[in-house]
Amino acid sequence: MSDHGPAGKRTPLYEEHLASGARMIDFAGFRMPVEYSGILEEHRAVRSAAGLFDLSHMGEIKVGGPGAAAFLDWAMTNRIADMEPGQARYSLMCKPDGGIVDDVVVYRRDGDFLVVVNAANIAKDFQWLDYLRRAWPGEGGSPVRPEDVILEDLSDATALLAVQGPRSLEILTRLTDAPLAAVAPFRFIEGKVDGYPALISRTGYTGEDGFELYVAPEAAVPLWRALLLAGKDLGLVPVGLGARDTLRLEMRFPLYGNDIDESTTPLEAGLGFAVKLDKDAFVGKEALVRQAAQGVARRLVGFRMIGRGIPRQGYPLLAGDREVGRVTSGTMSPTLGEPIGMGYVAAEYASPGQELAVEIRGRSIPCQVVKGRFVRPAR
Amino acid sequence: MYPEDLRYSKEHEWVRQEGNRVRVGITYYAQHELGDVVFVDLPQEGSIFQAGEAFAVVESVKAVSDIYAPVSGRVVEVNRELADRPELINQDPYGAGWIAVLEMENPAELEDLLDAEAYRALVEG
Repeated sequence: MSDHGPAGKRTPLYEEHLASGARMIDFAGFRMPVEYSGILEEHRAVRSAAGLFDLSHMGEIKVGGPGAAAFLDWAMTNRIADMEPGQARYSLMCKPDGGIVDDVVVYRRDGDFLVVVNAANIAKDFQWLDYLRRAWPGEGGSPVRPEDVILEDLSDATALLAVQGPRSLEILTRLTDAPLAAVAPFRFIEGKVDGYPALISRTGYTGEDGFELYVAPEAAVPLWRALLLAGKDLGLVPVGLGARDTLRLEMRFPLYGNDIDESTTPLEAGLGFAVKLDKDAFVGKEALVRQAAQGVARRLVGFRMIGRGIPRQGYPLLAGDREVGRVTSGTMSPTLGEPIGMGYVAAEYASPGQELAVEIRGRSIPCQVVKGRFVRPAR
Repeated sequence: MYPEDLRYSKEHEWVRQEGNRVRVGITYYAQHELGDVVFVDLPQEGSIFQAGEAFAVVESVKAVSDIYAPVSGRVVEVNRELADRPELINQDPYGAGWIAVLEMENPAELEDLLDAEAYRALVEG
């Protein structure tokens, strides 16, 4: 609860956050805003109007060279080689045993790729990709020569602002001539926003329509101010990591470090859509093919509370008196006004409708496994 | 933000003496630090707590906080309205956001609590 944490890394917007009265926390080695006006108000703004996020802590790794496409197709679980320039795709990177190194978004640009990674994993991911790059040749090794793949960590040279919510398009259109309306979800264009060059991507982590703007660090402050001004009359407010978490949880998007990590696989986490088991080869394929054939022993489920109480990370999930899993994320859903959570449970208890309980402060509070997203996405 | 007629604990509860009883809540500072309160776990009426013992739980969107009994005593009343309107703790921490009334076991314990000036120094120092 203290504002006086150890000095973490700062994004270019650090002073802006302080000036706007944000409560700052340490997150993934950065001093980041967790809330400005309040998590509930910020959450509702994103669902009903729009919110502005500083996501400059996220990492960006450039993957270039003539072997980049073939290399990423092997390093990632999703298909990369068939992506067109201007396309973005969600993917996992897995270890050979199927454990998740990170969940990422891969952007294919004209001559290279940008892999956007979680802030806490920037160094690990870069080292992992570099290790894979050098794993040539051999059975199960990289399909391309090390010198044909060039990795560059652009994280410190990149600021990331996101505008999310139903009014995003209208707001951003006020600051750019780029043909935003023609940009489909998971597509991007390069253009100028308020005069600053940006990679403008129709992506996000909230379930709402919205855009993410990758810009130079020097552009972050003027663009932040310009966006807040341009969106003010449409209800745009700055949004911190607190509401970012409740927004993603309502959509059941997993959070790395909470819901997925190196001890969990994409199949257990319900992320099979981003794993192409029919690809020729990719890191983790054998383990995941085997797991798919045998069936997973546990699944990441979403559940809603029937009794009174808020599930929190680490709380036991019970079937009768027996612990059958643990909560990985939980909160009071601002949209539903009821508590929701996610957690891994033994596969036999993972079916929608299954009644379980969460152990909260020594009491067994009933909950029920639900299918799909907690809140219907807007698009 | 810290009324003069209240006593305060270092754990950020306030107490208002009402004869042999005290009304208990959390301070302006505590609710501000917590952020939007979305859930309150109230104690059972009739249950007995020692000073310093956790007797209720207040949850914001992000955090779970134990609330400690500022003095020893028996719970004689709880604020049931908080079940449906936990936000009262943010909106009116010293009024409608009260949590419980305790019948004191030993009123001398009140002397161990801080006055408004000392509490203000604690949270602003």
